[in-house]
Amino acid sequence: MSSPPTVEVRQLTRRFGNLVAVDALTFDAYRGEILGFLGPNGAGKSTAIRMLCGLLAPTSGGARVAGVDVVAQPDEVKRRIGYMSQRFSLYGELRVSDNLELYGALYGLHGSRLQERLDWAISLTKLSDRVGARVDELAGGFRQRLALACALLHEPEVVFLDEPTGGVDPVMRRAFFQLIDDLAAGGITVLLTTHFLDEAEYCHRVAIISRGRLVAAGTPTALKELLAGQVLVDVRSDRPGAALTALASLPELAQVELFGAGVHARAATGVSETQALMATADALHRAGVPSSPPAAALPTLEDVFLDLVGHEEVSP
Amino acid sequence: MTEPAVALTDAHLRFGSVVALDGMSFDVMPGEMFGLVGPDGAGKTTAIRALLGLLPLDSGTAQVLGHDPARRDRDLKGAVGYLSQRFTLYGDLTVDENLEFFGQIHGVKDLGRRIDQLLLFTRLQRFRTWRADRLSGGMQKKLALACTLVHTPRVLFLDEPTTGVDPMSRRELWGLLSELLASGLSVLLTTPYLDEAERCARVALVRGGRTLACDTPAALRALRPASILEVVCAPVRRARDLLVQSPRVEEVQLFGDRLHVFPRVPEDALTDVLAGLSGVSVSTVRRVQPSLEDVFIWRVTMEAEPRRPNP
Repeated sequence: MSSPPTVEVRQLTRRFGNLVAVDALTFDAYRGEILGFLGPNGAGKSTAIRMLCGLLAPTSGGARVAGVDVVAQPDEVKRRIGYMSQRFSLYGELRVSDNLELYGALYGLHGSRLQERLDWAISLTKLSDRVGARVDELAGGFRQRLALACALLHEPEVVFLDEPTGGVDPVMRRAFFQLIDDLAAGGITVLLTTHFLDEAEYCHRVAIISRGRLVAAGTPTALKELLAGQVLVDVRSDRPGAALTALASLPELAQVELFGAGVHARAATGVSETQALMATADALHRAGVPSSPPAAALPTLEDVFLDLVGHEEVSP
Repeated sequence: MTEPAVALTDAHLRFGSVVALDGMSFDVMPGEMFGLVGPDGAGKTTAIRALLGLLPLDSGTAQVLGHDPARRDRDLKGAVGYLSQRFTLYGDLTVDENLEFFGQIHGVKDLGRRIDQLLLFTRLQRFRTWRADRLSGGMQKKLALACTLVHTPRVLFLDEPTTGVDPMSRRELWGLLSELLASGLSVLLTTPYLDEAERCARVALVRGGRTLACDTPAALRALRPASILEVVCAPVRRARDLLVQSPRVEEVQLFGDRLHVFPRVPEDALTDVLAGLSGVSVSTVRRVQPSLEDVFIWRVTMEAEPRRPNP
C-alpha cells in the first residue's frame, strides 16, 4: 500500500504491576482497510484498544491514530476516532433522534453541520419513519446500524468496532458488513475486534494476539496457509458417536472431535495424509461403523487461531 | 421408528401482542446433538422454556422423553438438565460447594463420587477449592455444565452455551459435549452462530418463531440449489464491481480477501470471465459448498417472495 498508515502502532506496551497486558505490539492499518483484531479473553485486546483510543496511557512505546500521537494528544485522538460496541453504546429508553442528538452534542457538532450529519445518519440507518421510536423497540439489525451511525457522526477517520454483529439476524449481518465495506471503500479505516472467526472472514487482514503479543498477521487466506502442512480429516456418519469412539484412541490421529453428523480430527505429528485417511477408514471398518470415505478437510480460521494461541491456560 | 427424545409440534405462544412461537416444530432423536439456530428474538429460549414446562403453549404440543412437560412429572424433572443463558453459579462458594449444592437439590445419591467424576470430566480437579467467581469465564462455563450434569440427566437443554466464550474455551466445551454424546445423552442447544450449527448432527433454522428448515447440515446445504466459486483475488472490490455486471453472474458476496460468486448456470466455471477481469489478479478459484448462512438467507428470501411453482 502506497499511502501512509492511518494506524501506526510501535512497540506499544502496557504493564499493570507485574502483569504485561500488552507487550511490544507493532502493526499498521491503512485507509480503506478492515483490520480484524483477534485474541482470547485476557489476551490484551481491550487494553490495546483503550490505548489506541486515548483512554489509557502506554507504559512504553506508542501509536499514531489518524495522524495523532496517542501519548502526546490523547484527547485529540478521541475526536478523530469512532467506537461502536453492540452492547453499550445506545440508550435503549431514549428515542432514535435523542440518541443521535446526544452523540452529536458529545462530539461538539452544532448548527447546519449537526443537521447535515443527522440527515446522513437517518439515511444510513434507513430509520426515517422511526426517528421517534424508542431504541429498545428496534430490531437488532436496526439498533446495530444506529450504533454505527452514532459512532460515525463526527466523520472519524478510524472506527473501532467491538464484536459488532453478535446475535444479529444473518440477513441483517450480511447487509451490515456490506455497509462496513462501503464505508471502508470511502476511506475509513476499520479496526474490528471479535472472538467470532466468521466475523474475521470479512476482514482484509487479521492480526492475532495472545498474551499481549502479536503472534500472526495476514489475510485470512494467508493465515490458513500457515496450516498448509497439517492434515485435517473429516468423516461423515449416521452414527457419529460410534465413529468418535472408534477413532478416539487411534494413534494416527490427534484431537478427535464430533463435528455435526461426523468427526473431525487432525493427523498426529509425522503422519501423512494418506496414512491418516487409511488408518481412519480401517478403524471405522473394523468397528463396523458406516461412514463416508474419510477426506482431507481445509483448515478454517478457527483451526489457525487455536493452533497459534494454544489451549486455555491453566491459571484463571 | 424410534420415538424422538424431544419434540415440539406446531407450537404457538403469544405474550400479549408479541408472537414468540408461531408454529415452530422440530424433534430431537435420542443420542443426538441437535441445534436450534437463529438470531436473537427467533423464539429459541421460549421453545426451551416450553419444553421445560415453564411456559404453557397456546396451542401445539411439547414432548420430552414421552412426557408432557407442562404436567411437571417428578421423574421427568430428574431426567432433564438445563443450562440457562444466565446460569448463576454461587460466586462466593467454591467449585466443590457449587456442585454439592446442585447435587443436594436433586437428591443425588453417592454425591462425592459423582462430583469426582464431573471434576475429572471438566478438568477442574485442581480448582475444586477455588471460589467460583475467581475462575475464568471458560472455567465458569465448564463448572455450570458440570452442575447441570450432576443428577445424570438423559436430556440436556443448553441455551446459548457458547455466547461470550472465547474460541479456545468454546472448542473445549464442544469437546466435552462430544464425550457426553458418546455416553448416549440427547442434547438440544441453541446458538445464534451459524458456523456452530455445523457441529450439530441436525439443525432447525428458526426465525420469527417459525422453523425455516430442519435437517442435517449437509441436507440443508443441498437445499440451496447453487454452485459457488470462491475466488481469492485482489483488489476484491474492483473484482466484485466488474463481476456483478456479467450476465452470467447471479450474485457476488464480498469477504475480506475473496469473493463468493454464484454463477447463473451452476456448471458455469466462469473461467473466461474471471481471466478477463482487468486490473484484478486472481490467485485461486475453487468450488465451495453453500454455508448454512447462505441457506438461512436464501430461505428467508424465499419466504418473502411468492413461491414459483416447480417446472
